[in-house]
Amino acid sequence: MADHAHEEHSEQHYIRIWAILLALLVVSILGPMLEIQAVTLVTAFGIALVKAYLVVKHFMHLNVQPQYVTYLLATALVFMLLLFAGTAPDVMKWEGQHWSKPANERPASDAGGSHH
Amino acid sequence: MATAEVTEHHDDHGHHDEGFVKKYLWSTDHKMICFQYMFTGIAMGLLGGFMAYAFRMQLAFPGASVPGWGGVTPADYNSLVTNHGTIMIFWVAMPVLIAAFGNYLIPLMTGCDDMVFPKVNRLSFQIFLLSAIVLLASFFVEGGGFGGAWTAYPPLSSKPEYSLTPLGSSLWLVAVGLEFIAFLLGGINFVTTTMNARAKGMRLYDIPIVVWFIVIASILFMASVGPLVAGAIMLLFNQNLGTGFFDPDKGGDPVLWQHLFWFFGHPEVYVVLLPAIGITAEIITTFARKKLFAYKTVLNTAIATGVLSFTVWAHHQFVAGIDPRMANVFTISTLLISVPVAEMIFVYIATLYGGKITLNTPMLWALSFIFEFMIGGVTGIFLGASGSDIYFHDTYFVLAHFHYTFFPIAIIGSFAGITYWFPKMTGKMMNDTLGKLHFWITIITFNLIFIPLFVLGAAGQHRRIYNYEHFPDLAGGWMQDLRVLATVALLVMLAAQVIFFFNVFISLRNGKKAGNNPWKANSLEWVAPSPPGHGNFAELPNCYRGPYEYSHPDREDDYWPQNEPA
Amino acid sequence: MRPIANTRSAAGIPTGRLAVWWVLASEIVIFGGILASYIMNRLSHDWWADYAANTSTPIGAFNTFVLLTSSLSAVLAHAAAERGDGKLAARRLLYTIAGGGVFLCVKAYEWTMEISHGFTISANGFWSFYYTAAGVHASHVIAGMILMAFVARDAAKNAELHRVELVGIYWHFVDVVWIFLFPLLYIAK
Repeated sequence: MADHAHEEHSEQHYIRIWAILLALLVVSILGPMLEIQAVTLVTAFGIALVKAYLVVKHFMHLNVQPQYVTYLLATALVFMLLLFAGTAPDVMKWEGQHWSKPANERPASDAGGSHH
Repeated sequence: MATAEVTEHHDDHGHHDEGFVKKYLWSTDHKMICFQYMFTGIAMGLLGGFMAYAFRMQLAFPGASVPGWGGVTPADYNSLVTNHGTIMIFWVAMPVLIAAFGNYLIPLMTGCDDMVFPKVNRLSFQIFLLSAIVLLASFFVEGGGFGGAWTAYPPLSSKPEYSLTPLGSSLWLVAVGLEFIAFLLGGINFVTTTMNARAKGMRLYDIPIVVWFIVIASILFMASVGPLVAGAIMLLFNQNLGTGFFDPDKGGDPVLWQHLFWFFGHPEVYVVLLPAIGITAEIITTFARKKLFAYKTVLNTAIATGVLSFTVWAHHQFVAGIDPRMANVFTISTLLISVPVAEMIFVYIATLYGGKITLNTPMLWALSFIFEFMIGGVTGIFLGASGSDIYFHDTYFVLAHFHYTFFPIAIIGSFAGITYWFPKMTGKMMNDTLGKLHFWITIITFNLIFIPLFVLGAAGQHRRIYNYEHFPDLAGGWMQDLRVLATVALLVMLAAQVIFFFNVFISLRNGKKAGNNPWKANSLEWVAPSPPGHGNFAELPNCYRGPYEYSHPDREDDYWPQNEPA
Repeated sequence: MRPIANTRSAAGIPTGRLAVWWVLASEIVIFGGILASYIMNRLSHDWWADYAANTSTPIGAFNTFVLLTSSLSAVLAHAAAERGDGKLAARRLLYTIAGGGVFLCVKAYEWTMEISHGFTISANGFWSFYYTAAGVHASHVIAGMILMAFVARDAAKNAELHRVELVGIYWHFVDVVWIFLFPLLYIAK
């Protein structure tokens, strides 16, 4: 047990995790080159989740904290999902019975997108 | 263990005289920081009361020059109501109920010598003071103070050509943002102190309810304020950098701001409610000499209220064009949240039942809190149901409803706490006769202000109108009479506060010495000397039982202090 | 001067670290508010992908690399502090600060290029969110660098070594936020 903890905190271990993170970074950059949207989503956000997991577990040592710390952070995330769920139906809606958001249509020409 | 801690402690602090600045302005002592918060909060409260006086005078006597203010222009009126609301919630209720009482009570009631991070605590107050200064400065810049209501809905708040306060609205936003940072720092201190620094032997269910509630309130604040901090940054950029997050003409959505605002704004009600209702728990158990009925139920209902309060926010937006299916969900959750709150009130009534009740000033404040807050809660049902809210929305019915919640919370709750812990804070007893006089005048005038406003609101009187003479349907004789009645009651109430300040003054000068435990109460703060010195306790106490062991059948005394070994 | 309260740990975790976790919980909801607003707007404006095409993936990827590496030196500083080697911990924290500096310089270069092409914060909704989200993140990078400088100063004298871990946890959190900003702002096109 003590040996294991020692290994977890050893410098080689941290460098190994860092190398994995860099490899994942390369995959997430290469992913979009296949030009398949589903693959891009997985390589972009799936890999972001894996990277975040590695950093949180091995660099921040969340796994050796008391359990309630994890619950605390998870609760904050759940509240953000709740915010999204309650807000998105309105913000993502562009027209209703007596109203519409006219500015919310694709502009014909736009300074922000014209310089490819 | 405790003795060892004490020796070390006295070596550290010693008894040295500190200069005025170090003692009163730059102190890291949690009790001094409590007083700093409390005095700032009371000063801001007087300012907020003065603003109410100015705009109520305008409503009762339109166009007349208000003594002490002058003529109230429409811009003045908007700025006055906006800042009255902002100040009373963010610079009165929050600092007095959470910051002041939290600072004072948490270390004393959990039996430790200070907050775990005294310097962070000091920084928290300094940022808070800065935020108050920024807010006050916003009245004196070009265009005057912000007048777009405390909810700051865009596009009114996001464009100077609408709000007509190019600088005032940004300063207002910065002040609110700084205030949030101050309370985040304070809240982290409260939570970690309670979690980690409790007296030896104090288990989770031995923590006094008021400490629990202040901690839950701090957590609610922390978890809900983030989106509004994000929203405030976005709104600040809208005002100053030309972004269009909330402007429909730039592809943004004003309803997004409303969601971000109320995602914080509704839990905020419970953030200030919980400390007040916790203070009530301490007072009614002490003066009914009874154990709190169902401690764990009270605690669990508070947690349930906290969680549910995150699911009700859009009931403020029923007429904003939100998705009607979502409106159903929010109606249901809003009506549900009255269950745990009602449960708390039942528990308090059950605690009072059969007790040996002493009706002194703090007890009167505590009982009136329960009664008046219940009126606020019951009238909320009409507003939480989306159907009836369409009629009541933005009328004085809403205004009267939330004053029946916030006045009991911020004013009654604060007075209850101040009168109850005054002996501990100052070492002197407060004059009970003057206290009761102040109580009765304040309570009667409070009802005389807001019951007429319920009636006016139900009759269709809309908010945010500065002169009802312009609206023939609303200018009528009896409606104007009710407005005058409310304004006169407000004048009497404001004048009656002189009694309170006079009472504080003469009690400090001539009051009876309090001793450590004048109320024969159980919790640990009554073990410390009155007032407690630096380091609080001569010897840090251990805890052996819960805080509400009153009238225990096996004991001669009708109380059983938490630190007394069995 | 430290109160006794600070040395107790009834919750089974040192007080400083407990406070850092609470800070992070409150930061999650701040970034959560911005990102939730961005995502719901992005999902309902599919043409924002065209605007996002103007962001530079190589620059974003390089900055990701810089932050990941600075996190490595922060965690190595923690390892050194655990062994009681304050000098080494301080030096490694300085590397992390340098990493933050490189990150900000690259960011400054990137923004200058974009602004000179007309992609200002007020150009359209995408660019507003782009600058706001990355700007709030960058302000956290700056805050972390300042905190780390104080911790490194003490650590070099072998004082307050436990703070090396605390400031590290904060820095890793800032790193994690960037791990999500990178795909959201750069890769999803």
